Amino acid sequence: MITPEVRDQYTATIGIECHVQLKTRTKLFSGADNDAREAAPNTLVNHIDFGLPGALPVLNKEAVRLGAKAAFALGSRPQKFSKFDRKHYFYPDLPMGYQITQFDEPIVLGGQVDIALPDGSKKIIGITRAHLEADAGKSTHPDGSKDYSLVDLNRAGTPLLEIVSEPDMHTSAEAKAYARELYLRMRYADVSDANLYYGNMRFDVNVSVSKTDELGTRTETKNLNSFRSVEKTVDYEINRQIELLEKGETIHQETRGWNDAKQKTFSQRSKEDAHDYRYFPDPDLPPVLLDDAFIDEIAKSMPALPDDYRSLFDEIGLDARAAEDIIAVPDTARRVERVYRAANASHAKRVAFWLLQPQTEDDNTEGEASVQASDEQLIQLSQMVEDNKLSSTAAKEVLAEVLKTGRDPETIAQEKNLLQVSDEGEIIKIVDQVLAANAKAAEDVKNGEMKAIGFLVGQVMKESKGKANPALAQQLIKKQLGL
Amino acid sequence: MSVWQPIADIAAKVQAGELSARQLVEQSLAKIAEQADYQAIIVTLDEMALARADKIDQAVKNGENVGRLAGVPFIAKDNFLVFGAETTAASNILKGFTAPYQATAVNRLEMEGAICVAKANLDAFAHGSSTENSDFFTTKNPHDPTRVPGGSSGGSAAAVMLDMAPFALGTDTGGSIRLPASFTGSVGFKPTYGLVSRSGVVAMASSTDVIGPLTRTVDDAALVFDVMAGRDELDSTTIDREEAYFPLNDTPLKGVKFGRITEYMDSEGLDSDVKALIENAIEKLKAAGAEIVDVSLPSLPLALAVYYIICPAEVSSNLSRYDGQRYGYSDPSATTLDDSYKMSRAHGFGKEAKRRIMIGTHVLSSGYYDAYYKKAQTVRTKIINEFNDVFNKVDFLLGPTAPEVAFKIGANVNDPLKMYLTDIMTVAVNLAGIPAISIPAGSVDNLPVGLQLMAPQKHDAALLALARKTEETVA
Repeated sequence: MITPEVRDQYTATIGIECHVQLKTRTKLFSGADNDAREAAPNTLVNHIDFGLPGALPVLNKEAVRLGAKAAFALGSRPQKFSKFDRKHYFYPDLPMGYQITQFDEPIVLGGQVDIALPDGSKKIIGITRAHLEADAGKSTHPDGSKDYSLVDLNRAGTPLLEIVSEPDMHTSAEAKAYARELYLRMRYADVSDANLYYGNMRFDVNVSVSKTDELGTRTETKNLNSFRSVEKTVDYEINRQIELLEKGETIHQETRGWNDAKQKTFSQRSKEDAHDYRYFPDPDLPPVLLDDAFIDEIAKSMPALPDDYRSLFDEIGLDARAAEDIIAVPDTARRVERVYRAANASHAKRVAFWLLQPQTEDDNTEGEASVQASDEQLIQLSQMVEDNKLSSTAAKEVLAEVLKTGRDPETIAQEKNLLQVSDEGEIIKIVDQVLAANAKAAEDVKNGEMKAIGFLVGQVMKESKGKANPALAQQLIKKQLGL
Repeated sequence: MSVWQPIADIAAKVQAGELSARQLVEQSLAKIAEQADYQAIIVTLDEMALARADKIDQAVKNGENVGRLAGVPFIAKDNFLVFGAETTAASNILKGFTAPYQATAVNRLEMEGAICVAKANLDAFAHGSSTENSDFFTTKNPHDPTRVPGGSSGGSAAAVMLDMAPFALGTDTGGSIRLPASFTGSVGFKPTYGLVSRSGVVAMASSTDVIGPLTRTVDDAALVFDVMAGRDELDSTTIDREEAYFPLNDTPLKGVKFGRITEYMDSEGLDSDVKALIENAIEKLKAAGAEIVDVSLPSLPLALAVYYIICPAEVSSNLSRYDGQRYGYSDPSATTLDDSYKMSRAHGFGKEAKRRIMIGTHVLSSGYYDAYYKKAQTVRTKIINEFNDVFNKVDFLLGPTAPEVAFKIGANVNDPLKMYLTDIMTVAVNLAGIPAISIPAGSVDNLPVGLQLMAPQKHDAALLALARKTEETVA
């Protein structure tokens, strides 16, 4: 184990490549369905995806549009000229023997994203580039089988945007925050379903350590599909590399994988096995030319991004932590914004806290699909709290029902008998009963022992089965005692 | 004289009920059988063709319009995918592969009533100038069976001259339509790049591959081309057709300005008898009122070198899908994935395919890309610019299609460089993407010689009209 003192002598440098699946209806170069989630293997494959003789790729315009949107979400603008190239290697899940990608003229060049760190500080991470490319198929190697592997080409041809960061990160926390920020931006820009469970976003993490200004030899750990595994990989690699260097050994440039069960990285392929991909411009695809009108149209139609919501929630008065938790669920963030616009900050803040779900380590909350309530109903419910018609505890009980059923909050509150009683006459009757039954406490209050009034209010609440407005109850107790 | 009438006449007679499509298909199949010794055909599609013919005949009886190529039989080079037919590109690695979809060009011909009766031989994957690179057999020249028919569309050209069908389809990547046209005395038209969809045609070099007809007359070529031409959403490199290609205008030769390409006409490699025939054609054009001026495109001598970098680069990439994993030949004795790749490709590809894969892989590999591929693209741009410049001075270019007449079978098989030199007068056109046509200009000892005419990009209609006039004038 390395000591913190040794650890501190080293600076880690981290760069991340992120593959984002674009949410197009069809594949990047074919008309086959792009939604492979529940499909039987090799059912979403046409002559292009299968690499039949004579099959030619036809670029999906929607993928280009989403790539252009992503450019804006990465603090950039799409390139007016980009083109596709062939990247060659043999593998059974790569039917044509080459992947169609963008080599030297990608759709996005340059960009930046701000990340928020756990200590509340912010940092800018540079984006080197982002390019469109077709995914390969999926190979599985059944346990115990030495004779065969299985290939599913459903995913072959799925449009990906590969986002390459500058090596601007130095800690696992920064790497995790960057991964999460990309995830949020891709979701808010609506370019990807960004569902980590289905592998819609995959991270390749490059890590090196050095005691000097000169960068050390890096390793690349591929195909991470959670923020946590990004964080753990960075920590593991930093420690592993420092341990090796401290032992006087050298770091090998290599591709590694992450074993989640063992919580460690493992070597997959060394640099010596690296392919010569023999890139050259794909002669089947004319360059992609985007004009100013198209780019301006995309700019105009961009949905609000996480940063827009951060400012908005600050304006509403939500603290940064709550804001991030709300932003983690785009549907909720949009709803809070709507409530704010339709009502006011106070209602928006209350609704935000109502809908806020504590974020687990790996945020991948699937929106509000099960929520039935309308914005109006939530505002109405919030208003009932402000009007003292409901206690905040009772409001939560009503809220659960409204969210589940979408029924009228007032009706629910009545059915559950939760409406606070603000009718003086009715409460006075209860107060009188309570004072009669608790003469000692009443006497104490009269003698100026105001502590006892809390007890009396509690008794009134108990007798009223929680429906009495507590403030009113206290006021009436004092009045009846002549205070 | 051919047994076949002009294609437009055949179609008109089928539509009128004077000829039956079945009769035409049977006639075509009979000719193929009769001339089998020439080995022009890989496979005939008897049943499919006859079934289509009967459908067309029935439609005629029902009074339906059956199209501009009604009942006209044709032969497709075996690198065209024809639905339900074996498509091998004359390669062992694709042996047994049945096409599950169909080339756009074939679709368009069928929609106008044409019927594919057979698939023609070629140099495997269209790599070659003689059909000797076919993994199956060599096609013989209809004028002298000891000689090659040219290539790579040699089977198609021979089939037309052997009267097997009124027309055949070819592909031209570096001269593969025009050269066999020259060697067999047929008309071979290579359109502007992008005017005919490449979808469903086994790719050779994607940036220069074009599809075109082989026929006996320019009129026939124009009609077939007119049916096939135009944008196809399955091929992103196709362009809109801006003009009609049939019927052709009757353009006078008077006032037309031809450029006589000195790099070709004064080339040392040009056979003197071939040169004499081209000069004779030039004299006839002059007599008809055309103006002929000498023009020079100084980079033309580099075209072959450029072509044999760019073409193999694209070939090496396009052939990587033939890996023995999904269709076609897969070596049954391989026990590991790596072996399966290596052995399937080692045994499935012929010598020439391997040679081009090796060259192409080399010129694209890191460290060599700039020296070869990139430099070749730079020179390619220079050639394009020189063509553009010269077309500012003249309307059309002319020269021989090939430096010599058809050579003997076996004469060049051990000298790939000499074989490549056969394409020396055709490849520049492919690099520039301009249209060109080879038409018969006479014979040397009964062996045909082709006159090559070229036009600026998208001037295909003018080129065809001029070629028809030249055809009349020179004959």
